[in-house]
Amino acid sequence: MTRNVEALVIGAGPGGMEAALALKSSGIESILVIERENAPGGILMQCIHNGFGLHHFKEELTGPEYAERCLEAVKKTDIEVLVNTCALDIIDNGDTKKVIALSEENGMMDIEARVIILAMGCRERNRGNIAIPGSRPAGIMTAGLAQKMSNIYGYLPGKEIVILGSGDIGLIMARRLTWEGARVRAVIEAQPCPGGLNRNIVQCLNDFDIPLYLSHTITNIEGKNRIKKVYVSPIDAEFNPLAKGSFTLECDCLLLSIGLIPENELSLKAGIIMDPVTKGALVNADLMTSVNGVFACGNVLHVHDLVDYVSEESKYCGTRAAMYVKGELKKGREIPVKAGNMVRYLLPRKVRPGEQMLLSLRCIVPMVNASLVIKTDKDVIYTKKYRKIFPSEMQRLPVENIPGDAEYLEVFFDNKKPVAGV
Amino acid sequence: MKPQFDVIIIGAGVTGAALARELSRYRLDVALLDKEADVSFGTSKANSGIIHAGFHSTPGTLKSRLEIAGNRMFNRLSEELEFPFERRGELMVAFTEEEMRILHSFFVQGCENNVPYMELLGRERTLEMEPHLNPDIMGSLHAPTAGIIGPYEYCFALVENAVLNGVQLMLSSKVLKISRRRDHLEVRTENGSALTGRFVINAAGVYSDDMAALLGLKDFRIIPRKGEEYLLDKRVGDLVKRVIFPVPTPISKGMLVIPTVDGPVMVGPTAADIDTKDDLSTTREGLRTVFSHAQKMVPDIRQSDIITSFAGIRPVAEGNDFIIGTTKVKGFINAAGIQSPGLTASPAIAEMICDILLREGLDLDVRPDFDPKRKAITRVRNFIEKRDFNKLDATIKADKEYSKLVCRCENVTEAEILASIKRGHTTLDAIKFETRAGSGRCQAGFCTSRILKIIERETGIPIEKISKKGPGSELFPYPSKKGKP
Repeated sequence: MTRNVEALVIGAGPGGMEAALALKSSGIESILVIERENAPGGILMQCIHNGFGLHHFKEELTGPEYAERCLEAVKKTDIEVLVNTCALDIIDNGDTKKVIALSEENGMMDIEARVIILAMGCRERNRGNIAIPGSRPAGIMTAGLAQKMSNIYGYLPGKEIVILGSGDIGLIMARRLTWEGARVRAVIEAQPCPGGLNRNIVQCLNDFDIPLYLSHTITNIEGKNRIKKVYVSPIDAEFNPLAKGSFTLECDCLLLSIGLIPENELSLKAGIIMDPVTKGALVNADLMTSVNGVFACGNVLHVHDLVDYVSEESKYCGTRAAMYVKGELKKGREIPVKAGNMVRYLLPRKVRPGEQMLLSLRCIVPMVNASLVIKTDKDVIYTKKYRKIFPSEMQRLPVENIPGDAEYLEVFFDNKKPVAGV
Repeated sequence: MKPQFDVIIIGAGVTGAALARELSRYRLDVALLDKEADVSFGTSKANSGIIHAGFHSTPGTLKSRLEIAGNRMFNRLSEELEFPFERRGELMVAFTEEEMRILHSFFVQGCENNVPYMELLGRERTLEMEPHLNPDIMGSLHAPTAGIIGPYEYCFALVENAVLNGVQLMLSSKVLKISRRRDHLEVRTENGSALTGRFVINAAGVYSDDMAALLGLKDFRIIPRKGEEYLLDKRVGDLVKRVIFPVPTPISKGMLVIPTVDGPVMVGPTAADIDTKDDLSTTREGLRTVFSHAQKMVPDIRQSDIITSFAGIRPVAEGNDFIIGTTKVKGFINAAGIQSPGLTASPAIAEMICDILLREGLDLDVRPDFDPKRKAITRVRNFIEKRDFNKLDATIKADKEYSKLVCRCENVTEAEILASIKRGHTTLDAIKFETRAGSGRCQAGFCTSRILKIIERETGIPIEKISKKGPGSELFPYPSKKGKP
C-alpha cells in the first residue's frame, strides 16, 4: 500500500501528537502519525501516577489524562493516526522521504512524505548494558516493563523487591508496588546523587521508609529459576566495590531503573548523525537532523524529565517542520554552541541570531550557588544563578539577542565553590 | 515382556538430539528425555556456536576423529533441517615469534588430522582478510572449513525432525533412577513415569556421571568447566568475518572473537573449573578477562556495546577425551564428556552410537517413510535487514500475521511467535531461541508483554504461569488483586 502525505510523524506519544498539532496549526494539510502500539499516548499510558502537566496544562494530571488531552486536540483536526504500525526503514529521495512501515491493518506500507518528524521516544537500559554479574533467573526486569505489566495488564513481578538505579520510573514503581502489598527492600544507586527528581525521592521513597543506598551497587545475583538474593556493596570513587559495608538482600524481583536511551535505530538507518552524549540526533536551530527534511523532538532527541518539556519542544519542532515544507525556513548563518565547564550536553548545537532560541542542557555534577553563563567570543549575553542544580534536572533556557557577528556561543557554569556534600 | 522402547536417550542437548534424529531413520521406538522444560536448555544453548575445522584436537583421539567427521556433515544437515550455518573459517592469530612457532605446530597437527585447505599466513594477508584485527599481529593460521551455527536452532531442528519421524520427546522428565531388569533397563523420572528400554543412552551432559552412578558405574567423573560469553550490539557491525582465536592455553581454546549467524559479535568464553554443576553466573573477573583478551586481538571491541551475557558449563571428563561406548551394564551406553568440539562432532557421535547399537544387536531397518526435511520458520528480519521489501510484501500477502511486529529490535512478527508455539515451545527462553524475539538490544523490554499475551491466547496458560524457562521461573507470578482489564 502506498501513501502520500506532506508530513509524517513517527510515534504518537505526547511528542508526536504535539508536533502533528503544530504542523496542522501552521497550515500543513495532510499529516499522518504512525504508532506501533495499539493506541496513541506512548509511555504516558502506563504512567498512572500524577504529576504531569503542571507547566503545559497548568494543572496536575495523570499520564493517561495528559495523553487524553493531546489526543482530544488531535481528534478535533483531520490529522490521521494509524496505530499498530511500525516504521522499519527511511529512504531519502531528496525532496521527499520514503518510509517503509509494517501495519496490522494495511500490511507493508510505502509512505512518501515531504517532511518527517521522528518522535519514537526512548527505551530503558537493561542488565546487559551494565553487565551485572551473577546468574540469570526470572524476576529481573526493567522498571518500565514491571510498570506496564502491573498498570496495564494487572500482574505483579514479585513481592520482595530490590530496585537498582534511582531513575524516576524505579522510584515511581517503588511506591506503586508498595501500594500493591509488595515490600520494597531498597533502592541501590551507584552515583553519589539520585538519578530521579527530588520530588519522587520524597514522595516515593521517604514517605514509605524505603532505604536509598547512594554510591552502592549490586555485585552478584543469586537464584536458579527465580532470583533469590542480591549482593550489595558500597563503591569507591572509581566505582570499585568495597568489601567493608557489603550486605545481601533476599528478594524475588530485581527492577532496573538505570537510565533511558533514545530509540534511534530508525534514525541510524536513515543515515542521521548522532550525538554520542545524548544518543539522539545532532540537530540545528530548527531541530532538523543532518538529513534534510527529517526533524526530531522529544525523548528520541534527548531524554527529558518532564513530559511538559517534550510537548514544548515538539510544538516548536512541528512549527519548524511546517516552515520547511513551505520553504520558509531562514537560510542565513547559524552560530555553533559549545558546551563548556560542567555542561554534560546541550542542544541545539547551532542557533540562529535574531530569534529566540530555547537551549536544553544538563550539568555534569550537582552544584550549589553556581552561575550559568552564555557568552560569545566577545560578550556575556546571558547569566542565571542557581542555588542548587542537579544533573537529574534538565534546564531550559530561552536565549534572546544573539548577536549576528558572534563566532560561537559557549555555555558554562562559573562555580568557584567545591561541590562535595550536595 | 517386550520393553516399551528400543532406545531411551537421556538428555536432549546436541548429542541426544543428533542421536534421536539419526535413530529416527530406522524402525525403532525411541524416547528422548530431558529434565528441562525444553530441549537444548543445558550446555547446548550456551556455547560459542562454532563448527571447528579440527586443528585443535590431539591426533588419534576420539575427539579428533569425530570432530573432522562431524564438520563434513554440516552442509547436508543444514540443507535438510534449515538451521543457520555458514562456513566462515577460523583464524588463530599470533603476536610473537614464539606464538608463530606454536601456529606452525597446530598447522602440522591439523595436517595429521586431515584438516583441509589450511594456510599459515603472514601479517599482511591476515589483515587483508580481517582488517579490524590488531595491526601488531605477526600472522595467523587460517582454516576455511570452520563454520558458525545457531546452536539451539540446530538442536531444535534435530528434535523437530526426530519427532516428525516418530521419536517421543519427554520434557520436564528428570531421571531419578535407572535399574537393570532381566532383558531391559528401567528408567524412572521425577514426574512419576517408569519407562522400559532395551538400550539407554547416557547423553546427560554435565550430569552424565550422575546418570552412570545410578547404575553403580563410577569409572568416570565430569568436571564442570564454566565459560562466560558476552554478546555485543549488532550495531557494532561485522568486526570480524571469521572466528578469531588466540594461541590456546592448556585448559581452553582461549578467549575468542566470534561472529554469530544472527549478526552480533560475541566474545568469550572463559574457562574455570567450578564446584557445582548449576553455577551459571557471570563474574566481574570473567568480564575483565574476556574483554582484555578480545580487545588485544580486535581493539575496536568495547565493553559499552554489551547487550547481554551468559555462561555455559562444559562437561569435561577426566582424561579430556569423549567417553563413548558400552559399559559394564548391558544396554547402557555412554556418550559422556562431550565438551568442545562436541557441537562439531555431534552428528558423527550419533553415527558412532548407531554403529555401537548395531553391534550390540539392535536391528537398524530403514524406515521407507523417513522424512529428512524440516522447514524453518520464515523470518522477516532477513528481508528487513537486507531491505528486500518485495519479499517482505509477498510474505505478508501470504500470511497477514507477518504484518504484526512483536519484537522491534530483531524484527520478529506474530506469525513467527505463533509458529514457534505451534512447534511446542511455550517458555519465553525457548521462543527467544527459536525466533530471536527478545534477544536484541532492548533485551525483551518491549516484547515481553506482547509475547505473554500471545502465549496466553494460544495455549490457555494464564500469564501468571508463563515462565522464562520452566516451573519456578514465572515472570509475573501474581495477578494483581484488582483484576484484569
